[in-house]
Amino acid sequence: MPHPTRFRAALYTVGAFLLGLAALTAFLAIAGYDVGASLAALWQGAFGSRQAFLSATLVRATPLLLLGLAFAIGGRAGGFNIGMEGQFAAGAIAATWMGLAVGGAPPAVALPLVLAAGLVGGALWMVVPVALKVRFGVTEVISTLLLNFVAEAAVSWAVSGPLQEAGGSYPQSDPIAVAARLPRLFAGQRLHWGLLLALLLAVAMAIFFRHHRLGFALRAAGAGPGATAIVGRMPVDRLVAAALLASGAIAGLGGAVEVSGVSHALYQRLSPGYGFTAIAVALLGRLRPGGVVMAAFLFGALEAGAGAMQRDAGVPAVAVQVVQAVVILAMVLGARERR
Amino acid sequence: MTLRLTDITKRFGQATALDGVTFDVAPGEVHALLGENGAGKTTLMRITAGLLTADAGEVSVNGVAVTSPALARRHGVGMVHQHFTSIPALSVGENVALSAGWRETGRRAERRAASVIARLGLPLDPSRLARELSAQLRQRLEIVQALAGDARVLLLDEPTAVLAPREVVELLALVRHLAASGAAVVLISHKLSDVLQVADRVTVLRRGRVTLAAPMAGHDAASLSRAMIGGEVERTPPVRGVPGATRVVLDGGLVLHAGEIVGVAAIEGNGQRELLRAIAGVAGTRTDLSVTGRVAFIPEDRTTEAVVDAFTLEENLLLGELATATNWIDWRALRSRTTGLVAAFDVRGGGAADPIGALSGGNQQKFVLARALEGEPAVVVAEDPTRGLDVQAMTAVHGRLRAAAAAGSCVVVHSSDLDEVLELADRLLVIAGGVIRELAITTSRDEVGDAMLGVTTAP
Repeated sequence: MPHPTRFRAALYTVGAFLLGLAALTAFLAIAGYDVGASLAALWQGAFGSRQAFLSATLVRATPLLLLGLAFAIGGRAGGFNIGMEGQFAAGAIAATWMGLAVGGAPPAVALPLVLAAGLVGGALWMVVPVALKVRFGVTEVISTLLLNFVAEAAVSWAVSGPLQEAGGSYPQSDPIAVAARLPRLFAGQRLHWGLLLALLLAVAMAIFFRHHRLGFALRAAGAGPGATAIVGRMPVDRLVAAALLASGAIAGLGGAVEVSGVSHALYQRLSPGYGFTAIAVALLGRLRPGGVVMAAFLFGALEAGAGAMQRDAGVPAVAVQVVQAVVILAMVLGARERR
Repeated sequence: MTLRLTDITKRFGQATALDGVTFDVAPGEVHALLGENGAGKTTLMRITAGLLTADAGEVSVNGVAVTSPALARRHGVGMVHQHFTSIPALSVGENVALSAGWRETGRRAERRAASVIARLGLPLDPSRLARELSAQLRQRLEIVQALAGDARVLLLDEPTAVLAPREVVELLALVRHLAASGAAVVLISHKLSDVLQVADRVTVLRRGRVTLAAPMAGHDAASLSRAMIGGEVERTPPVRGVPGATRVVLDGGLVLHAGEIVGVAAIEGNGQRELLRAIAGVAGTRTDLSVTGRVAFIPEDRTTEAVVDAFTLEENLLLGELATATNWIDWRALRSRTTGLVAAFDVRGGGAADPIGALSGGNQQKFVLARALEGEPAVVVAEDPTRGLDVQAMTAVHGRLRAAAAAGSCVVVHSSDLDEVLELADRLLVIAGGVIRELAITTSRDEVGDAMLGVTTAP
């Protein structure tokens, strides 16, 4: 029995995405590109072949899903983690370090250690913003955003210093141990087990929000902090702090999964802006795990198609950011309507 | 400046909130708008202020149609909402500037607001932040905000709900003064005594229809009440419980027992809020008192402290026991408990799976009460439990509190309406300047009033 307001919300969400696509089309037309050929290239790049779907769309959907879930857990508690790009990088640094250190271990040991390193790295990157928020009331929107730049510098330092390849010629790390890499799902395709891990996390988060006391408490802290403190007798500050730390940890896991599943090494600019695209993903998914899964899939396809559009139709890949921008604006505007 | 509403109809989904309502108010007149919770009063006023659009009918000021908040304000329509609308992080002066549409900000706004405040004779410090004000002072700020923009049509939605008796008198005098100086005033109130004192005309709404529109002369509390609810108001006789086990021991050794209703009378800001919240065990309050058993708390501000609007009834039930609930939520049990409470407390407008924000204020409060009283708590602390409720809902709340005491709870209740405290209480505490005194329950109303003001008359 779908609730009428929920149904309207779902309709609005679909409308927001279609509006984004319409804006992209309008942009292509105004900028003088061949609209038909551009959109065809976009489609081909995302869904045109088994290769496109399994080696591009779903590979890009995986970090977007993890980071979208990261944003969602903070957002449901009323915290806005704009620094996922930074926590992703911190998680990637920690995972690379661990992946290089666990050389002789079997995969059953090496993989969990690498993923755990990502979680810890992301959470540590969140400690300062949370401490500033709890102690001095500094909004996490600013502090997490600023730490993104610090993380970028930290990666540059790592790949030209402690983690630089043995050869010492390029700013990148050595490949991590084979045992520390996430296995591929299909022979010859880049898609890896990280996608299943991310889907599993989405299911776990959905159950946590709906059926666990603390998941409910997080939602309550976000939707009605006053009532949660007064009649719920819950420590709202601590709930929000915990949600933000979890958000950082999951974003760090995203970085670890990217290193372990795709790049197998640390580079500068490992993320092409996943941390920001994922905000659009989470908002389009209305901060619900199921919605985030669907939105991550759509944006993964968009990112994959953007590459093909640049290659085959000469449209700069950043053009798809028009879609992101419109979706974020539409969803934030829609939030004013929601109660 | 005549405000006229013609044949207004408004539907929310399938519910008809207003059905062909016609209403007008002329300069120099105070027109009272009465009705039960959910009768459509607030909806009608929100349409008048341009905040909602009617499905049919027309709103006009001096013959010009009003369709948006900006247009309403330009035509001199100012509204004081039932719930606070001031921005907590801004100063009093900045809030006034914002609602009056001034260009000034910061210090300049505060200086300009100071002159308006002086003209209105409603003392307020323009540089204080709104969040630092007590409920009463924030209410006062709302009135200043509505009047600052040179409002000629003033809509007052339950303006006396949070005021002490003395301030009610002052406010009603101000309302008369405004009307005398040519303003058209619409006054919504549940307190028939307020309305009887100041209104020239009265319109009564019942389920979205006008049941009475007449000059005030010739009507009394009984006839208005009949028009509102269609019959005599049912009054529950007080049930005096036998004092039982010790439940609360206050700082000075004062003992509150099971089975009694302890009424706390005080003027806003004298420490009653701190006392009640300390007994309720709200985090951050003093701890120099002892409480035995489980405490249920009914906070004063329903929308920000008692319920989460966007959550369903069953989710709000869980909210009340969140600190002690099991880690895995049993939604099935919550659903059936919620359904039971909805039936037992006559909560209307939605079921267990509907968002509580969809219910009218009175029905939300019934559910808050149901949640607090479920499972016979040892102590019930209620802050202004009938604020903004109509006569019938108020009677229901009183009945529930008496029943809880009869069943063995120690009920501690404060109301900004002294008559309500006197009507409910088995024992009477008065707080003035943070000092708690117990008065005999037979003390006259005037003497209690003196004690509230800190004037010592009794030996």
